[in-house]
Amino acid sequence: MIELVSQSRCISCHACVLACPQNVFDSVPHAPPVIARPDACQTCFLCELYCPADALYVSPLAHEHEVVDEQQLIAAGLLGSYARAMGWKRGHPGGTENDLTYRMFEEGLIQP
Amino acid sequence: MTAASDARTSSDTAPSANTFDADILVIGGGPAGVWAALTAATQGLQVVLTEKGFVGTGGATAAGNTTMIYAPPQSDLREAAIKRRWAQAHGLADLGWIERVVDEVHLRLNDLADWGYPFPVDDHGRSFLGSLRGPDYLRLMRRRLRKAGVRILDQSPALELLMADGAAAGASGINRVTKETWTVRAGAVVIATGGCAFLSNALGTNGLTGDGLLLAAEAGAVFSGMEFTAQYGIAPAFASVTKGIMYFWATFTDEAGNELPRTGDRQSAIARHLLSGPAYAVIDKASLRLQEGMRRGQPNMFLPFDRRGIDPFTQRFPVTLRSEGTVRGVGGLSIDRHCATNVPGLFAAGDAASREHLVGATSGGGGPNASWAMATGNFAGKAAAAFVTELGPSHRHRRTQAAGGIGLRPDGARDHALNLSELTEAVQNEMLPLDRNYFRTGPGLEASRERLNDLWRAARRGLTSSAQDIAKTRETVAMLATARWILAAAIERRESRGLHRRLDFPQTDPAQQRNLLAGGLDRVWARPAVTHAETPAPIHSREEALAS
Repeated sequence: MIELVSQSRCISCHACVLACPQNVFDSVPHAPPVIARPDACQTCFLCELYCPADALYVSPLAHEHEVVDEQQLIAAGLLGSYARAMGWKRGHPGGTENDLTYRMFEEGLIQP
Repeated sequence: MTAASDARTSSDTAPSANTFDADILVIGGGPAGVWAALTAATQGLQVVLTEKGFVGTGGATAAGNTTMIYAPPQSDLREAAIKRRWAQAHGLADLGWIERVVDEVHLRLNDLADWGYPFPVDDHGRSFLGSLRGPDYLRLMRRRLRKAGVRILDQSPALELLMADGAAAGASGINRVTKETWTVRAGAVVIATGGCAFLSNALGTNGLTGDGLLLAAEAGAVFSGMEFTAQYGIAPAFASVTKGIMYFWATFTDEAGNELPRTGDRQSAIARHLLSGPAYAVIDKASLRLQEGMRRGQPNMFLPFDRRGIDPFTQRFPVTLRSEGTVRGVGGLSIDRHCATNVPGLFAAGDAASREHLVGATSGGGGPNASWAMATGNFAGKAAAAFVTELGPSHRHRRTQAAGGIGLRPDGARDHALNLSELTEAVQNEMLPLDRNYFRTGPGLEASRERLNDLWRAARRGLTSSAQDIAKTRETVAMLATARWILAAAIERRESRGLHRRLDFPQTDPAQQRNLLAGGLDRVWARPAVTHAETPAPIHSREEALAS
């Protein structure tokens, strides 16, 4: 579930407030949004893609909260790691041309 | 004044900033809804698209990648794809439907290529159109919708339909962020709200609570295939990511490290074991080339592992099964070949509609279901446009009535004992446990039905809500209603077939090779589809040819 809105990185654009499919965030005027309904988070990681500042961290734990440390996340390369793996930049799509999903169908083991 | 009473008198309120007139209202902005809206708008009609979340991230597709059936006309690929679906359908699919879905998807994937979706190129230099990344696909569709002049209402769950002389004529709802109510009057309504997975935490499904199914049922719509819903996705026990594709290359073990016995499919092997103890998986059968393909094809598959420091290719991890309910199960609104429900002016597309025509009694999984959403979105958009054109401009002057009931208009005094979290938990207790819903028995299903009927009666009398929780209230009611249609159909089908596994009737009974309809709110019913109108003749049948 969502655990971090980095106060140092957030540019208060509030893209996450609109883009969250579960309405987890609340806007705050001229300030970073707050995680108002953490338990509504469905751990879909999509807010990370829409964040132009790599300021959000969604823990993969779907049922429990964990305490995270921003500096440790940065050191481990985890802040913004989903967007980088996808090829999204500053909240904009990119990277589908590098999608190697077709390899999963090469062996003929599975077919759509 | 509550949001409910605001919404009730929509026909009497003066048009305001939040009241829109449209030709077509599409409810739900996942793949089915965006295609329905785009198709209708392309025909020159005014379209409003409402989405409870955000058009781009809402629905099950956005959170994942999805396989597509991409098969050019007259190719061996097409013939093979059609035969495969037919063979897996347990006798309940419609060959004509399979063919038209495959052909429609081929055209629409080519559209996406023309519109600039950057499809990857394989090692042989060929474009690969057999997979879409959810967030990229839907973001592109959002841009197309804007360009086509579709009005998008994000964060705007619909709370009830508006009706005019027995026909669907719009909807009203609320904006979750501003708490303002909205009303859209329209000549036709497309329900594209997805399925219902009972807040199981399966990836991207917690917004899928059967909302549109409840709206349609309140207008008198009926369902089909609701018994084929015991569908569960494999996920790491701690995570949401139910991407089943990687487990084709997995070894499953018990606590002691012994391989799980493999009779039946992967899910069944795990389900049987999870009844008594934990199960584990390691993705140890994937070549290095394939591992790279997974990593660079499906980045979110690895988020749970990378963020917990697990190497899934060498280290085993605990797995669980998460209910995917009607999302990757089969059942939904019963539709004809134009995606029309039995209610005039009300159409359904995607997971909100029964997918029996395409997949029969078996799970559509990602690929067939995403293909179904794309195809039926287009079919529904076209049919709704034709309906509105036939209706003529006079539809704008119809007097409308709100159709919503439970949670909006209680019969009795507020029952303070009714708590939304407890109601949700009570529904989950009947729908999620493997020993109740994966492996079903007549007595077990009947006991579940009694408990949920009691809850429904209590909710009918005394469930009320404020503007703060009205959307959540209706979601809860929708889950409760959906569970009751599932139970009614599951009780009625006294055999095992596809996703419906009855321990007390383990065999498939050839005499029950027919669809079951279900419906009702206070009095829920299920029965075989009997009349000609209910089981339309196959669109153009090659059944015998394929069977021989």
